[in-house]
Amino acid sequence: MADIRVVEGSEAVALAVKACRPDVIAAYPISPQTHIVETLARMAADGELNSEYVRVESEFSAASVVSGASAAGSRSYTASASQGLLLMTEVLYASAGMRLPFVITGVNRSISAPINIQVDHQDTISLRDTGVVQLYVESAQEAYDMHIAAFKIAEDPSIMLPVMVCMDGWVLTHSYERVEFLDSKAVDAFLPLFKPEHYLVPADPKTWGSYAEGDVLMEFKYSIHKAMIAGKPRIREIMNELATLTGRDYGGLVDAYRTGDAEVILVAMGSMAGTIKDEVDALRKEGKKVGLIRIRCYRPFPHEEIWAAAHRAKVVAVLDANVSMGSEGAVGLDVKSKLCGRPGGPMVLDFIAGLGGREVNSTAVRTIVDCAERLLSANAPPAEAVWIDLNPALVP
Amino acid sequence: MADKALGKRESLFVSGHRACHGCGLALAVRHILQATGNDVIVVSPTGCLETFSSPYGYSPWRVPWIHHVFENAPAIASGVAAALKAQRRDTTRVVVIGGDGATFDIGFGSLSGMLERGDDVLYICADNGAYMNTGGQRSGATPFCAATTTHPVGKASAGKTEKKKDLPEIVAAHGVPYVATASVAYLGDLRQKVKKAMALHGPRYIQIDTPCPSVWNFPSHLTLEVGRLGVSCGLVPLFEMLDGKITKIRKLKKRTPVIDYLKQQKRFQHVVAGEGSEEGLMAIQEQADRTIEKYNLLG
Repeated sequence: MADIRVVEGSEAVALAVKACRPDVIAAYPISPQTHIVETLARMAADGELNSEYVRVESEFSAASVVSGASAAGSRSYTASASQGLLLMTEVLYASAGMRLPFVITGVNRSISAPINIQVDHQDTISLRDTGVVQLYVESAQEAYDMHIAAFKIAEDPSIMLPVMVCMDGWVLTHSYERVEFLDSKAVDAFLPLFKPEHYLVPADPKTWGSYAEGDVLMEFKYSIHKAMIAGKPRIREIMNELATLTGRDYGGLVDAYRTGDAEVILVAMGSMAGTIKDEVDALRKEGKKVGLIRIRCYRPFPHEEIWAAAHRAKVVAVLDANVSMGSEGAVGLDVKSKLCGRPGGPMVLDFIAGLGGREVNSTAVRTIVDCAERLLSANAPPAEAVWIDLNPALVP
Repeated sequence: MADKALGKRESLFVSGHRACHGCGLALAVRHILQATGNDVIVVSPTGCLETFSSPYGYSPWRVPWIHHVFENAPAIASGVAAALKAQRRDTTRVVVIGGDGATFDIGFGSLSGMLERGDDVLYICADNGAYMNTGGQRSGATPFCAATTTHPVGKASAGKTEKKKDLPEIVAAHGVPYVATASVAYLGDLRQKVKKAMALHGPRYIQIDTPCPSVWNFPSHLTLEVGRLGVSCGLVPLFEMLDGKITKIRKLKKRTPVIDYLKQQKRFQHVVAGEGSEEGLMAIQEQADRTIEKYNLLG
């Protein structure tokens, strides 16, 4: 009998982490992440979790504890959100540089100021250059599945990088959904024990975290980049392997929804994809050829999949729940860099939407599709990103 | 002398590193590791030690050693300790060796968290009283009146205007089992304290006075002499605390005035011989007097 229950998204994550048997968990509270570490703490208190649970004094130390534990050869896990993720930034760069394969849940939440605890992607997007692999999920079920995949991706000898599973705060962490769980034997078979080639051990003393001059530093950095780029086929394989095990195939690095003959393709990440899929269906019924590319793996960036799904479209509209101030949304910039300038490539437009928890509802999706069609027929892509649902009266 | 003390045992911190001539810190590290033995994992924050001991491709470390970033050595150590516990590698111990900038200032929150959690880590601060790796800027460990590059002496400045943070007392206030101060001028005492700390569990702290010829600005053959004068004038008290109570103090057999210590170092030149320097000198002497009284160093 399959184990199927209705659980909170945070509990689904905690159960996935438990199934992966980490040696060390570091915990620090921040909304809307806290339910994850609280659930793990309850498991530890009930003797159900065989991990060292380290209650740290900051997110900076949370990331550092899992880094130290990982270097010492232990599978390790932590979670954070928003300001906490930013506080971890320096640690994450160094840990990717030192090839420490821990897993971290990045619960998406807006960044101060103004302080706001609702969802957008500014926090994890700010970490896109750290060398941490980033996966974005749409549902509690996918969050459960991807945490199990995340450890396997992180620890793959050809990758050896931290992996962050990004999930929308509140929408996914605090909603109750039907989730189907794997039995522990299946997880153990999928995810063998962590046995790194190198770790801190007196019998084989190694020097970690050296000072490197310009004669080798570029090669170190290129090695991380290469692990990401060359890791894409391996990530696809791991996702396929998990899909075979679970019967749930999310499509690999991207989830291409009704893109085959689409003329207008939306691009998005995270939970807003659910609303967009519904709206795609509705627009299809009205005869509009609309589709969605949901980016599941943002770093490494899946430009092959995006090109394959989008190059026949007339216009691609990217929904960015983040903005690079003074430029555009980060995902839009990525998509443009890979689609624009290639012969036959579509027009790519960037829309800033859903900051600080502003709902990206069906009306917003329709506005974006209408706007994309209008700009396409006028052949007039704007110089700047279009901000959806902005109230100009409030802007000084 | 030092090599004789190390005996025939192979050093765990070998020559060839890039420390400055006469570096008190490099000397301390060799003796620390002699006392810990090789079943340790050493964590170091960014700083002089990291820079001079880890040029990529070379290493004097004969024990596993990890540097991560500047302000997280205590948390990295906590993570290593947690991993060792989870893996039941019971004999291997975790030792941090870091500078005063990492310990007193930027890594202080991380240190306090590690101490409060009771993690099984020996934290050793090599205190040379400034940010030497970046050229000698003021830290929370810089002594009163010392000239630094961010608090230089000038018409409107007589060096550092604040006193040194009393970190051993702050660490002790966390309720940890072992706190000690040591000096590279007394290497036997240093090794003994490291050994004692290694025999205990939980968070332990040793602060070592490590004179820096480059920034304190004295001839590099005088490191131990300057260290001794720091101790004998009372500014660097050597003591040991078990469970918050002082259990051992190095008494001053021959007390010396602070001026003997200060005049060896150019960072105090303005105090020793400058117009209107008497006030600073008196204040430093008073500080030494108070320390001698507080720890009963003469008794």
